[in-house]
Amino acid sequence: MSFSVTSPSVPVKWISGFLVAAYAVITLIPLIWIIATGFKSGEDSIHYPPKVLFEPTLEGYVNLFTTRTLIPSDAPEIDASQLEWYEQVVHEQGEMIAGPSRYGERFLNSTVIGFGSTALCMLLGTMAAYAFSRFKVPLKEDLLFFILSTRMMPPIAVAIPIFLMYKNLGLNDTYLGMIILYTAVNLSLSVWLLKGFIDEIPVEYEEAALIDGYTRLQAFIKVVLPQAITGIASTAIFCLIFAWNEYAFAVLLTSGNAQTAPPFIPTIIGVSGRDWPAVAAGATLFLVPVMLFTVLLRKHLLRGITFGAVRK
Amino acid sequence: MIERSMERLAEKTPNGVARYAGGLSDKKLAWLFVAPSILLLLAINIFPLIWTIYLSFTNYRVNRPNRDVDWIGLRNYERILNDTDIWQTMQATAHFLISTIVLQVLLGFALAFLINKKFRGNDVLTTLIVIPMMLSPAVVGNFWTFLYQPQIGLFNYVVGFLSGVDPSAFSMIGDVSLAPWAIVIVDTWMWTPFVMLICLAGLRSIPNSIYEAAECDRASSWRQFWTITIPMVLPFLMLAVLFRGIENFKMFDLVVQLTGGGPGSLTTLSSIDLKREAFEKWKTGYSSAYAVILFVTVFGLASVYVKALNKVKDR
Repeated sequence: MSFSVTSPSVPVKWISGFLVAAYAVITLIPLIWIIATGFKSGEDSIHYPPKVLFEPTLEGYVNLFTTRTLIPSDAPEIDASQLEWYEQVVHEQGEMIAGPSRYGERFLNSTVIGFGSTALCMLLGTMAAYAFSRFKVPLKEDLLFFILSTRMMPPIAVAIPIFLMYKNLGLNDTYLGMIILYTAVNLSLSVWLLKGFIDEIPVEYEEAALIDGYTRLQAFIKVVLPQAITGIASTAIFCLIFAWNEYAFAVLLTSGNAQTAPPFIPTIIGVSGRDWPAVAAGATLFLVPVMLFTVLLRKHLLRGITFGAVRK
Repeated sequence: MIERSMERLAEKTPNGVARYAGGLSDKKLAWLFVAPSILLLLAINIFPLIWTIYLSFTNYRVNRPNRDVDWIGLRNYERILNDTDIWQTMQATAHFLISTIVLQVLLGFALAFLINKKFRGNDVLTTLIVIPMMLSPAVVGNFWTFLYQPQIGLFNYVVGFLSGVDPSAFSMIGDVSLAPWAIVIVDTWMWTPFVMLICLAGLRSIPNSIYEAAECDRASSWRQFWTITIPMVLPFLMLAVLFRGIENFKMFDLVVQLTGGGPGSLTTLSSIDLKREAFEKWKTGYSSAYAVILFVTVFGLASVYVKALNKVKDR
């Protein structure tokens, strides 16, 4: 290793490393607490002082997927060993299963709307980004700025006319309505990010393909798209995460049919009041995929969160 | 440069070949590619915006569809600007905006500065630190109400343990003096990594040679920090502030889940207030005017700020 006057000394590195690690631990505690609470029993979750060590149970997860009622006091004794394991878990709480909860449905809605809007957004975004990157588009700068400015509107302000428009078109509380809406919201991000990625692909590849007799469209599909695939994939993950996390539009425009998980999770309650292990279980299942995606995305994170304004 | 090489290419390609192999001309293809996106944005953003502006001059209410809609001119705007409650929500928004930005800039820059010391494992820690900002604010905000519970909440317990205050003696969400800070804490927890990432990119963009030159001139590290590091990171920092400013001006999900705007209307930020007027009181015309005012404010502030940012960049 060569000696440099500007390289930090060893103690400085140690102290910095320690401070950053301490911050990381503190900042992750709430998330660890969510995951841990999902495996606590109702009693343990509201224990004072808060329990760090506890006996894990699947109570929270069973409660998340079921609706239950209290076993009436005059009900006949049931032989607990005859019950399925999840029925036993419920039985031990002095409750019985009344039916499935809506969590599964809401999770599925989030998945359909998330992937649907991401696919549509990538299709439109890649095309527009390619055109902005390679062709002379009249008023290019103005159009690009216009696309970006759509992201500055507070969602609630946009929601008023969208609500009225969707009411007239019958799109309130439908998959299609939410997919179109999230596509429009994410379009600014995908066009700006993808334009950056496509700008980085040398134009010579396409020129060579065009000389070889490809049409423009063929060159786009067979030469540019394969080159841009990492950029497209990371942009897609960003769009997916946004649609997955979105709350304001979802809570205003969906209710019975197309409601996604974010407005649903806070409404989870147990038989007697707030069931925190079930809430935590629901949150865990919902948040963990995003945590994994974040790790996958780490190289492109900076670019994504700044709409491509900062590149490494 | 791209255009020129394309033109060169066009000149090189014989006419017949171009017509035969070209299929669509570049110009047509460009329109074909851009048009769907622009049309979608016109339908979902611009048309609604124009409709909002129109509605803001009327007394329309969604829940009374049979009533005549009257054109009432600027009366909605007058009522909003003379309403003391709205000025209070503006103050709450400003408090939230300024405190979160100050805290996140200080913490985020400090973290980036430390990470830039390039100790072993800094990339793993960076990835871990970043996780909170990618999560759903509504879901996470909802869970924070559990952490903030008096007595049983982890936050109260830790604060009580460290300070000696009884953890059931204070409620972050319920107490008038604490609630505005409860939302600031959670937002800072979530978004400090955002500022950190951008600052880190700024720090890494400074060439080592500048520090080496300063070292030769025997500039103290204090001096180097203020005359090299800070000015060179400033454009990045300002960009981070721009993004956080716009995002927090729009803030809705996290705070609604945390405090619901309470206690009283102490943490009722503009977006939350607007939601009540529009979707609970159904004052559509009035809330449209409110939305226009908010949009003009954020757009105006952002343009002024971007001008300043460009000046710093050009320096």
